[in-house]
Amino acid sequence: MKLTKWLSLSYLILMISFLYAPIVILIIFSFNDQEFGTIWNGFTLRWYQAVFNDRQVADAVRNTLSIGIIAATTASIMGTLAAIGINNMRKGTKKVVLSLSSLPVATPDIVIGVSLMILYVAFFRLVGAGSFGFGTLLVSHIAFSIPYVILAVLPRFKNMNPFIYEAALDLGAVPFKAFFTAIVPQLMPGIVTGFLLAFTMSIDDFMVSFFTTGSGVSNLSLLIFSMTRRGVNPMVNALSTIMFLSVLILLFIINLRDSQKLKSRGE
Amino acid sequence: MRKTKFSEANNSLSIGLKSKKIAIPYLIWILIFTILPIFLLMQYAFTNNQGNFTFANIERFFNPLYLGIMWHSIRMATMATVICFFLGYPIAYILSQKAYKDKTILLFLFVVPMWMNFLVRTYAWLFILGFNGVLNNILRFFGFEPIRLLFTDGAVLLGLVYTFLPFMIFPIYSSLQKIDERIIEAARDLGSNRLQLFFRIIFPLSLPGIASALTMVFMPAVATFLISNILGGGQYFLIGNLIEQQFLTVGNRHFGSALALIMFALIILCNVIFSYLSKEEKE
Repeated sequence: MKLTKWLSLSYLILMISFLYAPIVILIIFSFNDQEFGTIWNGFTLRWYQAVFNDRQVADAVRNTLSIGIIAATTASIMGTLAAIGINNMRKGTKKVVLSLSSLPVATPDIVIGVSLMILYVAFFRLVGAGSFGFGTLLVSHIAFSIPYVILAVLPRFKNMNPFIYEAALDLGAVPFKAFFTAIVPQLMPGIVTGFLLAFTMSIDDFMVSFFTTGSGVSNLSLLIFSMTRRGVNPMVNALSTIMFLSVLILLFIINLRDSQKLKSRGE
Repeated sequence: MRKTKFSEANNSLSIGLKSKKIAIPYLIWILIFTILPIFLLMQYAFTNNQGNFTFANIERFFNPLYLGIMWHSIRMATMATVICFFLGYPIAYILSQKAYKDKTILLFLFVVPMWMNFLVRTYAWLFILGFNGVLNNILRFFGFEPIRLLFTDGAVLLGLVYTFLPFMIFPIYSSLQKIDERIIEAARDLGSNRLQLFFRIIFPLSLPGIASALTMVFMPAVATFLISNILGGGQYFLIGNLIEQQFLTVGNRHFGSALALIMFALIILCNVIFSYLSKEEKE
């Protein structure tokens, strides 16, 4: 009995080290005082300094964050409205719409990327103007995020109380107000999950961005990709370390707030 | 009768809880961003540069060169999926045991690596596998000759396993988690030993989770382009690299679309088969 427990624990530790080894080594080498090598040559902070002074990095950070926030917000609004509509559809229609809507989730990123690319080409030809850049990047990110919002919001209807909305109407609220005071709050946990999913997907995306950007517009994934093409680059290590730590701190704060909320609710 | 009543209600509450119309903007969106691109892919795939209908792009795929690339992609993805299964199932199984009180911390430890951008995680392997990388330095330290690890089949396979292992763990974990404790107790009471308990009760009950885990690993693995690009050193070809090359380097969107369409069909087929299998298991 004790042996199996010992064995399984060591297996877990082995697998955890497998998952963390590259990350730890990546972080260590962000402090390495050597430009092209993978051999340790002493401690330095100059790569971090280089990251903070780099124009391209600053632009990429700005693009990543603004696309992430705008795309996640738009996708949350459209996805929530769509989810409400889908929830009211008859069973047959609902099934068809839902499977069409989750098609992008099952489709490989590369296929989404190239198909959106030819969609934009066709659109530009039709209009006679337009080019790849921030706009196409943003629209693509909205497109692949909406299904995730819908999938996060839909389950909330199961334990929703429909009478609160009717009560709001009976008490004289206009439908618009009743919608925001009686329906939206009940869906909120799903919407927040959907927003966070969409935001993470947007920040993490490389493939779709790769095929739908243009005219020098880069986000962090694209910038890192172009930097790694020339081999090992310690600036990439420093930049990734900063990104990883920011995500870690952000999620830590969110979790902390959630657990505090739970605690205060318990009391 | 009831129908007209409902539609009247819909008209009066354009934004209400009962309205279907609220989904119309999204339906238009699906039409433009999901359905139209597929038709455009088909249009490109079945036409030539002059815009005439042709099967030439599809036929070209059946050239041994391209079939070989496809076959190689499927083989690599299958191997990665099998390895992920044998590494991941025990992890999911151990995590689902009651013995660990601090389960949340353990689960957390398996989630955190996914928060690092996956492009960066793949790049990180360059430091371990490179000619002057960590592994070769360990070999040198013990007096061995350094070996070529990077830009090989093995490196790409390792990258695939590393990236997609978490996708194997969590679906299986959640299906193991759902198993009714009483079924296990009943089996014990009826005298089954640990092996019987596992192979007759626990494993069959985790099959739906396995089915979705296999899909979640195989599908992105077969379509990958980045992992083979970084760890394969650009010279290494999977079907994803071929598609990228046709679109961005060669500029042959017609053949590229044919390839993308074939991959799309393959993935949809896999999806249908897997969801059919997991339904079978449930019934």
